Amino acid sequence: MRLTSRADLQQARRFYSQALSQQTTKILVCAGTGCIAGGSLVIRDHLIELLKAKGQNVAVTLADEPHGPEISVKSSGCHGFCEMGPLVRIEPSGYLYIKVKPEDCAEIVEETVINGRHIPRLAYSFNEKIFPKQDEIPFYKQQTRLVLEHCGHIDATSVKEYLGLGGYSAFEKALFDLSPDDIIKELSDSGLRGRGGGGFPAGKKWAEVQRQKAKPKYVVCNGDEGDPGAFMDRSVMEGDPHRMLEGMLISGIACDASEAYIYVRAEYPMAVNRLKLAIEEATERGLLGDNILGSNFSFRIRINRGAGAFVCGEGSALTSSIEGKRGMPRVKPPRTAEKGLFGQPTVLNNVETFANVPEIINKGAKWHRSFGTANSAGTKAFALTGNIRNTGLIEVPMGSTLRTIIYDIGGGIPDDKDFKAVQIGGPSGGCLTKEHLDLPLDFDSLKKVGAMIGSGGLVVMDSETCMVEVARFFMNFIQSESCGKCVPCREGTKRMLMILERIVTGRGAIRDLDLLLELADTVSNTALCGLGKTAPNPVVSTIRNFRSEYEAHILERRCPGRVCAKMKRFSIEADKCKGCSKCAQACPSAAISGKVKEPFVIDLDKCVRCGACINACKFQAIQESW
Amino acid sequence: MSQEFTTQVLDEIIGAHHNSPSAVIAILQDIQERYHYIPKAAFTPLSRRVGVSEASIYSVVTFYENFSLEPKGRFIFKVCDGTACHVRKSMPILERLRKELALTSDQVTTPDLGFTVETVSCLGACGLAPVLTVNDKVYPAMTPNKVSALVAELKEELSHETN
Repeated sequence: MRLTSRADLQQARRFYSQALSQQTTKILVCAGTGCIAGGSLVIRDHLIELLKAKGQNVAVTLADEPHGPEISVKSSGCHGFCEMGPLVRIEPSGYLYIKVKPEDCAEIVEETVINGRHIPRLAYSFNEKIFPKQDEIPFYKQQTRLVLEHCGHIDATSVKEYLGLGGYSAFEKALFDLSPDDIIKELSDSGLRGRGGGGFPAGKKWAEVQRQKAKPKYVVCNGDEGDPGAFMDRSVMEGDPHRMLEGMLISGIACDASEAYIYVRAEYPMAVNRLKLAIEEATERGLLGDNILGSNFSFRIRINRGAGAFVCGEGSALTSSIEGKRGMPRVKPPRTAEKGLFGQPTVLNNVETFANVPEIINKGAKWHRSFGTANSAGTKAFALTGNIRNTGLIEVPMGSTLRTIIYDIGGGIPDDKDFKAVQIGGPSGGCLTKEHLDLPLDFDSLKKVGAMIGSGGLVVMDSETCMVEVARFFMNFIQSESCGKCVPCREGTKRMLMILERIVTGRGAIRDLDLLLELADTVSNTALCGLGKTAPNPVVSTIRNFRSEYEAHILERRCPGRVCAKMKRFSIEADKCKGCSKCAQACPSAAISGKVKEPFVIDLDKCVRCGACINACKFQAIQESW
Repeated sequence: MSQEFTTQVLDEIIGAHHNSPSAVIAILQDIQERYHYIPKAAFTPLSRRVGVSEASIYSVVTFYENFSLEPKGRFIFKVCDGTACHVRKSMPILERLRKELALTSDQVTTPDLGFTVETVSCLGACGLAPVLTVNDKVYPAMTPNKVSALVAELKEELSHETN
């Protein structure tokens, strides 16, 4: 079924759209990493078996020949509501069942699929209100899903389904109706900015590559999503891979490139498999390869797996890694657009950026600008994690407030705790606090308060989080991922980590704060690449927003978040203590003293906070406090 | 456990990548997949076939976290210590796992090459935190007790394999 002309492609789209309409009931079982881990594939297989046993006409893939009505069971990409997985969505009713177990399958088949009735016990409920349909659930209702439009709604492993929903029509338009200049103008006018963190205008980048005379040129997709707490790109690669391939194809036409690479991090084996399959299917159909659809445009895509180096998310390190070398950044300029992969002009964009392109070409720049803010058009996908009720994958218009995301979509903080801060932009970003809850999230507003959107990780932290420990955690991460090429990053992050370790273990001095800020200034101004330049951000932003916590650690040896083990205080309650001396014998640092048969006391200066005395005391006389 | 290293296997792997110097990382990944580590004996023949110096290959192997010059275990635990898992208490899980297998941050593989325990920055399954993987299979919402049960199960499986 190789498509060799524009008419072939249009015919295929019509055919599969027809085939989709024959599916009277669609059962979408989430096959994202999260739900698979929860056992969703067993549920899918069980549903298929049960339907067959009931004599139903069941389809697992879209048919290639005309056929009668059928019920389809599909493995979809991530629905986003990961906290509630495994998820099963039923169309056309739009019912969403959560935390589904294999033993629920018979009831789903009998009640919902055959009799069309809803099963309230499997639905999402909040404050005793049951939400039968997916679109009514507050988590989904407040979102605007453009890039994630298909994630969870189509079979992620089928090019047929993508075609049936109008797939590759933007590519078709770009190939036959638009000139490269038209494509770039549309993209520039759309205001799309790079979604990988930098926020560089995508149209400007493509234009720069287009201007270069050197040949060949390359298209590279950055799927090295390394920020801890971010999984937007993984969900696109797993849930709607063809959308991203289509975006890459369009950039190939615009910039006159015919070779492309996707760099995927090693920790995403399923994304690699889905992409491989998508590339194979697109190649079989003649949507990749030589002389695509009878034109003189050729395009091939290869996949490179990362090997575990965070710094490879940086452009020049990533291209160096594709070349088979150590992934170390180089001095810029020249930029990747001029000298990128193999020293040639290269379009390097991230997964979400490419996935935005097809709809912009289809619906136009004006449509894209109708979402978001003036300087940050469109939507942004965020991974919502940490101490929040509804963890998962969301997409909202740029300029949405944190309050909308955390309270309306995320459902607030669990266990009646208070919101304290949210870490945005991963280890290169900063933290936002209560006073920022109504700040619009877009590229420029965040920069003003010393944070950044980054790739889109949002880690929510409740009142029992220690911000000094969070800063230490990020610095530890960056320090171990520093490639070691430039001195400011290699040495600077090491010293900053040492100081932070001193503070969380109660050995800090107040001058350490100025020293940290001074080091931060030097590292961010002199490091070679983005990793180093942004490494001090979490430290600077926690000192700015939570200075009192640092001071409590340093001046009072107290951890207000009740996290740092070395800040624990042990004391002996005099009326419970029988003076048996067991605690003093157990103490490894001779911090406990007293006369036998009289209450003992603990010398906190000598105490190493090991807790051995608590275990030794038979009278529960020793108290732990913060 | 991992098989004996042979140049024939190496030749197959290199051939599949068309002897290309830019495929060094992909070739090393295939070798690692096969043997669970990069045998030292692979360096000289690999260098000759793809035309990249042994020093360069060594520099690549030591740069990337995923490559190991030491043999790894049959079951490789990767405990996620990304931000989301960290705030949902992943460290007690790691501690329990190391205790169960008598491993430390320096000694990561058991002497019988049964188990390896590593940490990883983020597996991208943050919605299910805390998570760990065993040979790429994801185990969600872990607790120290669940880890102990899992280790017991895998030890059982290992004893069947070796018998």
